[in-house]
Amino acid sequence: MIAQDLQVILPEIALAVYAIVALLAGVYTGKDKSAAMIVWITAAVMAVIGLWIATGSGTNAAFGGSFVDDSFARFCKVIILFSGAVVLVMTQDYMARRGILRFEYPVLVALATVGMMFMVSAEDLLVLYMGLELQSLSLYVVTSLRRDSVKSTEAGLKYFILGALSSGMLLYGASLTYGYTGTILFSGIIEAAGDDVSIGLLFGLVFLIAGFAFKVSAAPFHMWTPDVYEGAPTPVTAFLSTAPKMAALALMARVLHEGFGGVISDWQQILAFLSVLSMFVGAIAAIGQTNIKRLMAYSSISHMGFALMGLAAGTTFGVEAMLIYMVIYITMNVGMFAFILSMEKDGVPVTDIGALHMYSKHEPLRALALLVLLFSLAGVAAPMLGFFGKFYVLRAAVEAGMTWLAVAGVIAAVIGAFYYIRIVYYMYFGQDREPLDAGGGPILWVVLMGSALIMIVGVINMFGMEPVAAAAAAALVN
Amino acid sequence: MTAVVFVFYLFAVSTLLGGLMTVLSRNPVHSVLWLILAFLSSAGLFVLLGAEFVAMLLMIVYIGAVAVLFLFVVMMLDIDFAELKAEMAKYMPLALLIGVVILMQLALALGVWGFDAGAAERIAAPKGDMENTRALGMILYDQYFLVFQLSGLILLVAMIGAIVLTLRHRTDIKRQDVLAQMFRDPAKAMELKDVKPGQGL
Amino acid sequence: MATMILFAPLLGALLSGFGWRLIGETAAQWITTGLLFLACLLSWIVFLGFDGETYKVVLFRWIESGTLSTDWAIRVDRLTAIMLIVVTTVSALVHLYSFGYMAHDENFGHHAHYKARFFAYLSFFTFAMLMLVTADNLVQMFFGWEGVGVASYLLIGFYYKKPSANAAAIKAFVVNRVGDFGFALGIFAIFFLVDSINFDDVFNAVPDMAQTNLTFLWGEWNSVELIAFLLFVGAMGKSAQLFLHTWLPDAMEGPTPVSALIHAATMVTAGVFLVCRMSPLIEYAPHAKEFIVFIGATTAFFAATVGLVQNDIKRVIAYSTCSQLGYMFVAAGSGVYSVAMFHLFTHAFFKAMLFLGAGSVIHAMHHEQDMRNYGGLRKKIPLTFAAMLIGTLAITGVGIPLTYIGFAGFLSKDAVIESAFAGGGHYAFWMLVIAAFMTSFYSWRLMFLTFFGKPRGDHHAHEHAHESPTVMLVPLGVLALGAVFSGMIWHNSFFGKEESVAKFFSIPYETGAHEDAAAGDHAATATGAAHVAEGTASESTEAATEEVLASEAAPAAVADVAEGGHGDFAFTGLPGQGAIHFAPENHVIAEAHAAPKWVKVSPFIAMVLGLLLAIQFYLVRPDWPAKLAKQQRPLYLFLLNKWYFDEIYNFLFVQPAMALGRFLWKRGDGGVIDGGINGVAMGIVPLLTRLAGKAQSGYIFSYVFAMVLGVLVLLTWVTLGGAN
Repeated sequence: MIAQDLQVILPEIALAVYAIVALLAGVYTGKDKSAAMIVWITAAVMAVIGLWIATGSGTNAAFGGSFVDDSFARFCKVIILFSGAVVLVMTQDYMARRGILRFEYPVLVALATVGMMFMVSAEDLLVLYMGLELQSLSLYVVTSLRRDSVKSTEAGLKYFILGALSSGMLLYGASLTYGYTGTILFSGIIEAAGDDVSIGLLFGLVFLIAGFAFKVSAAPFHMWTPDVYEGAPTPVTAFLSTAPKMAALALMARVLHEGFGGVISDWQQILAFLSVLSMFVGAIAAIGQTNIKRLMAYSSISHMGFALMGLAAGTTFGVEAMLIYMVIYITMNVGMFAFILSMEKDGVPVTDIGALHMYSKHEPLRALALLVLLFSLAGVAAPMLGFFGKFYVLRAAVEAGMTWLAVAGVIAAVIGAFYYIRIVYYMYFGQDREPLDAGGGPILWVVLMGSALIMIVGVINMFGMEPVAAAAAAALVN
Repeated sequence: MTAVVFVFYLFAVSTLLGGLMTVLSRNPVHSVLWLILAFLSSAGLFVLLGAEFVAMLLMIVYIGAVAVLFLFVVMMLDIDFAELKAEMAKYMPLALLIGVVILMQLALALGVWGFDAGAAERIAAPKGDMENTRALGMILYDQYFLVFQLSGLILLVAMIGAIVLTLRHRTDIKRQDVLAQMFRDPAKAMELKDVKPGQGL
Repeated sequence: MATMILFAPLLGALLSGFGWRLIGETAAQWITTGLLFLACLLSWIVFLGFDGETYKVVLFRWIESGTLSTDWAIRVDRLTAIMLIVVTTVSALVHLYSFGYMAHDENFGHHAHYKARFFAYLSFFTFAMLMLVTADNLVQMFFGWEGVGVASYLLIGFYYKKPSANAAAIKAFVVNRVGDFGFALGIFAIFFLVDSINFDDVFNAVPDMAQTNLTFLWGEWNSVELIAFLLFVGAMGKSAQLFLHTWLPDAMEGPTPVSALIHAATMVTAGVFLVCRMSPLIEYAPHAKEFIVFIGATTAFFAATVGLVQNDIKRVIAYSTCSQLGYMFVAAGSGVYSVAMFHLFTHAFFKAMLFLGAGSVIHAMHHEQDMRNYGGLRKKIPLTFAAMLIGTLAITGVGIPLTYIGFAGFLSKDAVIESAFAGGGHYAFWMLVIAAFMTSFYSWRLMFLTFFGKPRGDHHAHEHAHESPTVMLVPLGVLALGAVFSGMIWHNSFFGKEESVAKFFSIPYETGAHEDAAAGDHAATATGAAHVAEGTASESTEAATEEVLASEAAPAAVADVAEGGHGDFAFTGLPGQGAIHFAPENHVIAEAHAAPKWVKVSPFIAMVLGLLLAIQFYLVRPDWPAKLAKQQRPLYLFLLNKWYFDEIYNFLFVQPAMALGRFLWKRGDGGVIDGGINGVAMGIVPLLTRLAGKAQSGYIFSYVFAMVLGVLVLLTWVTLGGAN
């Protein structure tokens, strides 16, 4: 019995064991000297596990139904693992040159990834919570990794306290749910909730959603995001804005569809509310930002609003749209952060978007790639993949009869386009300033260009992602 | 009112009071003490429920270790709470209002509380007559084995985090090297100089 | 071959337009011209070798949307073949001519590279025009229709530094848009009724469609009448017919070769082509035909009157074009589409030639266009004079009355006028005759003012007047051939006996066995008609074949056919059979042939009168025109100002539109929309941004506050909405 269960969670075990081994290796091989190698090995291990998971098939439950390995989970895990690996690889050089490349960094990232893998596979509230905490705790630590910087430690502390509060809400919701249904298994909850729920269970649901909303930084639970994104070391920000978002959204989708799938109309409205608020807050607040990391924070809030729109549709297609949206978003964000990591002047990192004035003159190719990414983030029509992401979620909303939500999304996208295109404006029509360093190194260059290229080439068939996402969504929503 | 009921209300009230005063009291040390009261009272509640093991855990771990640790930290930190509270006071009326509204809503929800029909069957507590510790063990290391292991990982992360964020390898200080001290040879360590009188150094 | 004809100009346009930086300007010019001559050569091969059978070259599937399914195909029939040679010949010659004409241009600096652009536009225009004429369905035709519109816009505004050229280009585009709207509506209506836009399907459906009604605007209309009317509105715009003609004279702002190619020979005749192409439909719409005749006749008259007093050499020819287009429409509206095509065909030669001649004069006079500053140029530029003379003889219709010997215009114009007499009614007939008189007058006026008398205006220009280079004279010579002979050669095919017309356009027909006096017999070609008829008929309908076989069986009948007689001749083709369609009861050709002698002579007399009057006014008593203008000042001004059409339009449409536009711009767009958007974009959004910034205080408790507030809102929402 237990052997079969372990068989199902073998990838997770492998990564966890690897993390512990890497920790020991780091400790016994002279502290941070081996850090660079551990980063590379961790990335490689994550990529390999990602490939391993990608080959899986079927739906395998384990541990009395509190853990499941289905195609939805596999889809998300592959995305999480690959994006994590790419972020690790591209950030290693940056961290090393800033002197903050501790060997614990890859280990913590690996452990956070383990947490995320449990999150997307969780089939009961307790595994869910444990996965969430494992991920969050690791992230709190890496956020304040640059412990000599006031901003970094402040960011870590804020993240920790607010995260604790959100965990509290989540737990409160979980206990209300348990109190009503007498079980923590999603399968039991959906059975108990039926299609007509008591207000107590609804309150539980609200608190659960509030907890999740914090993790995906959906407004009004987004307030930590700009401060943490800005304060955290840029590589950590890059990580924060990619894999954890995917995990949290997947988690949310799973709880809502598998636990509360019978009462879709009840949480649909809540998600729509969060979605609209996030889209607008993200779009509007970003306008005032000059720090590109804060800008990306608001950008991610806004994008989460769009992803939630797909979820709010409450349909299989909605989940599919959300998955597609997230994959595209993560790809874009990896590219963006590859660029941000390379922004430096005289060897010092720069995050002011004013530094990008007339960037096109000095670095035409990179400026062009950034233009593609920014247009894609803005969702400018047709030739960029980002547009299709938006198109899918909007379509999901419309098909679910939430046209007003789609309209709001379009308006928010228009407002949001302003600050993306403003950067383009700076790059191509700004005043002449002292140029940034050409730095960044080949890895960042490749990631940036690759990401931009994907945005354009992917238009053709999205690399065949659609049927996979559809299958994943179908596995979740019955 | 039986004695059990009386004791229940006693502990319940003192738990609530402890929680409230933890938040309200001006002196942080007092807050911790109030917290300890809340812990103690809930331990009492656990005893009433027949969960002696959990009650004892609460006493030993939370009161014996955690709360005392809190107490030391708070006493050492010397935070000026007054300043923070001044800023916070501006929001107080609104916060109170919100608090009241949420409270009312919760009351509304809990007032009509009803368990789901199948709830009793789904509850995970092991059936049969066995003592507390054993029942906990049954659940913890059997049914919730995965969760247990995961919490282990979480603790590992907490440990790593604590070390990463606080341990400093300082290069500008001298450390004690016991062996070096032991094997020190006076002949090498000292040089005798013959100082001639009247010349000075 | 048809594909090559079609795409050679496109290739040229692309190479020259986008590649001239690589290959150089001169090479670009040569490539476009060379490709055009190739297309021209192939077109002639297609035309001369055409066996009468319609065929299609399907290039690719174009539109697939619902029930709308359309190929991109080239349809080659007689009509297309005629248009192919007209378009490619004139275009090729104009390309060649432009070498000389565009060699130096004062509108551009010495180093400006405008030539490749010009040639690219010309070739692009040619491609679009070919697209139009080879179209196999209405949408493809519309594509070409708009393509030539764009090319026309680009070329009228070629001197983009001149505000007047830009204004003219916009005017041409906008006025055409009015017509295009009608055309588009017509296409919609056809698709609505037939569920297809392919010509074959549409033509097949016409007889049924003629029985149906369609609700449009305020009333019910016969479908075919309505569609014919709408399509004609499109034709009116493109062919500058009355009410939509105002853009054509202004279009003369473009370089003269453009005027020759687009605004005389080809694009403006697209409307006529459209009517002829849709002849199966038009035939079923008698009221629309009357309307076409009326508009055409009125335009012919109107434009001729205006042409009398214009002083700009190009404008005179422009009004002449407008007038001649009116002729063509009269012929088409009378039901004699072949004659319309005939006049289109001959007109292309002599009008292109007149324009190119005028261009040569303008070139010689250093871009002076006012005829009042010409005079006595005969000796300075003799070759141009000769060419212009031939052109004038052709347009005024010089020939030997009652025979078939004469310049191209003589034959085709007389054919139009006779057709108008037979099928268009007296109004059209008299209008055309008067117009012929005036045509003669203003054409000779142009000649006399330009080439005779004493030099006027700037001495300097006159002294330096020089003959144009050979590249400009060669096209003139070639076109002169066309202007002289095209009428005589093809007269029989377009306007001979009904059989020969039917044969030329591959229309099935039958001849009855009645004995009847040959009223409109023009002799000559009738021998062996029965064999011809058999040949044609066997390709068309089985029934017709049998009919002809039957008639062949009886020798008497053969003799009858040889005699010819309209009473027993009938077109039997169903709509869609043959390049154009004549209804079985359509006997206008024969009736025209049977017109009284005075009718046939009348255009000639009008021409002679016009010539004599012009001689009197401009050679014998050159002071008369000024006197007359002074005496009849209101009339003179009325004509000089083109019947005040521009002013009326300006008052009726332009001013209100501008006022409305200004209102919408200032109040609507500027005030409401910009105000709203700007208010949102610059007022509310930044305000919200500031608020969001303020909320982001950095204090944890305010963040927590937001979270709790969020929970509160959600809880309230659920309590209010979900407490079920």
